[in-house]
Amino acid sequence: MITAERKPMEEILEYVRPCQRILLVGCNECVTVCAAGGRKEVGLLSSALQMAAMKEGRTLEVKEITLERQCDPEYVEELASQVGDAEAIVSMACGCGVQELARRYKSMRVYPAVNTKFMGASERQGVWAERCQGCGDCLLGITGGVCPIARCSKQLMNGPCGGSTKGKCEISQDVDCAWQLIWDRLKALGVEDRYEENIPAKDWRTGRGGGPRKIIREDLAQ
Amino acid sequence: MKTDSLLEKIFASGQLALTSECGPPRGAAPDKVREKAELLRGCVDGVNVTDNQTAMVRMSSLAACIILKQMGLNPILQMVTRDRNRLALQSDVIGAYSHGIDTMICLSGDHPHFGDHPMAANVHDLDSVQFVNMVKNMRDDGKFQGGADIDTPPKMFIGAAANPFADPFELRVSRLAKKAKAGADFIQTQCIYNVDKFEKWMEGVRDRGLDKEIYIMAGITPMKSAGMAKYMKNKVPGMDVPDEMVKRMSGVPKEKQAEEGIKICLETMERLKGVKGVAGFHLMAIEWEHRVKEIVERAGLLPRPQF
Repeated sequence: MITAERKPMEEILEYVRPCQRILLVGCNECVTVCAAGGRKEVGLLSSALQMAAMKEGRTLEVKEITLERQCDPEYVEELASQVGDAEAIVSMACGCGVQELARRYKSMRVYPAVNTKFMGASERQGVWAERCQGCGDCLLGITGGVCPIARCSKQLMNGPCGGSTKGKCEISQDVDCAWQLIWDRLKALGVEDRYEENIPAKDWRTGRGGGPRKIIREDLAQ
Repeated sequence: MKTDSLLEKIFASGQLALTSECGPPRGAAPDKVREKAELLRGCVDGVNVTDNQTAMVRMSSLAACIILKQMGLNPILQMVTRDRNRLALQSDVIGAYSHGIDTMICLSGDHPHFGDHPMAANVHDLDSVQFVNMVKNMRDDGKFQGGADIDTPPKMFIGAAANPFADPFELRVSRLAKKAKAGADFIQTQCIYNVDKFEKWMEGVRDRGLDKEIYIMAGITPMKSAGMAKYMKNKVPGMDVPDEMVKRMSGVPKEKQAEEGIKICLETMERLKGVKGVAGFHLMAIEWEHRVKEIVERAGLLPRPQF
């Protein structure tokens, strides 16, 4: 999923301070799963913003809506009838959702209420960790299902640096050494030899190196 | 011979090669480079010039190498992939070679987390193994990494690093094999304090015949004090300082600890001279350049061979 964290209250308040009516829009997908911008968080932020406004001697009217998917024009269209006299839209979706709202509602100010973090997985209740950087040319088939680009602090593709200690990365005891994880997996699978294949310099054009990316599926595109 | 590197000639002659280090200053202070480097004249065969070591901004390695070259010393250009992409790395390799610098070390570099710019973006377009391979292809095939021909290829003698003490230990020989396969000519190891473990690693290296493919320089750093021993043991990632070494340093009065550190260093070198496959020493006397001559002399490694 795409993970996110709510922005500091003060930053969101700064955005909405000039407004009396806002539309606060959540998303039912990733940000719901990582408890950053789903229906529940929309409700909480709405109350917090109204309370903060009251403390400052203002009134703030917040209309709450949570869309099925904010990154999908079909669902974003549902807001057309809701925008009404709102002075701004505050989005609790990832950056994709925020941009989709800004694209569709051109005359509206659209503000993000969350910081989009990374593509990750849930490690346990309340903990999410980065797993993928979307390099566009997946290496997981040769690295035992552990990504060195997303999970090694130096994105080393040919083994651990000299700072790997007891399974941990040199930058923090809270970060696993990706290459220790890869090595453990290769051993468990009985394919240690695979480690010795030198992975050549990566072609970053499939990633951000090639500029903003697009997928066009001819069979689906109209 | 692949290159004109003095280091290559010494290795080829079968004599123990000796390198040391010079960390450039944190400012536009060329005299500081000259001062430090002058202390190493005649003591070693090459001087590694570090590249923003510990992720702190310093005078560029290439610029400091040129100063050493102008002094008639033999600089070894260290380069890390942390700060430059493949375009910048290749242009600096060509630039260095154009100034007569023919020996280099390809590294990934310390993470910015450790330095004074933890907010900096990491480049890591290449890793150290890919970097080695790129420089080898520049030299041997006369090709840029992108495939185009190089007009007058740089003939670099290519070094890399190895840490036999980092985890997982069991793949550390394989990691060396990957660097050898990529085209590294020589290796400088992490500082050796746990000689038993180093010998075990070397055994693995010899079992695979890697000592015949790549020259291995044993990394040595004399301890200046018991405090330094403790710091190295507890705070430096990937460093293996046995308890008895800390105890030995702590066991002598403060004013004699520096001498004790040098004694340990000399004992280690003596023992390593007997380890088959050790082709030389890399003496990292951190901010202790003025003691290098004494150490080298007491280790019986003077005078240095001439070619």
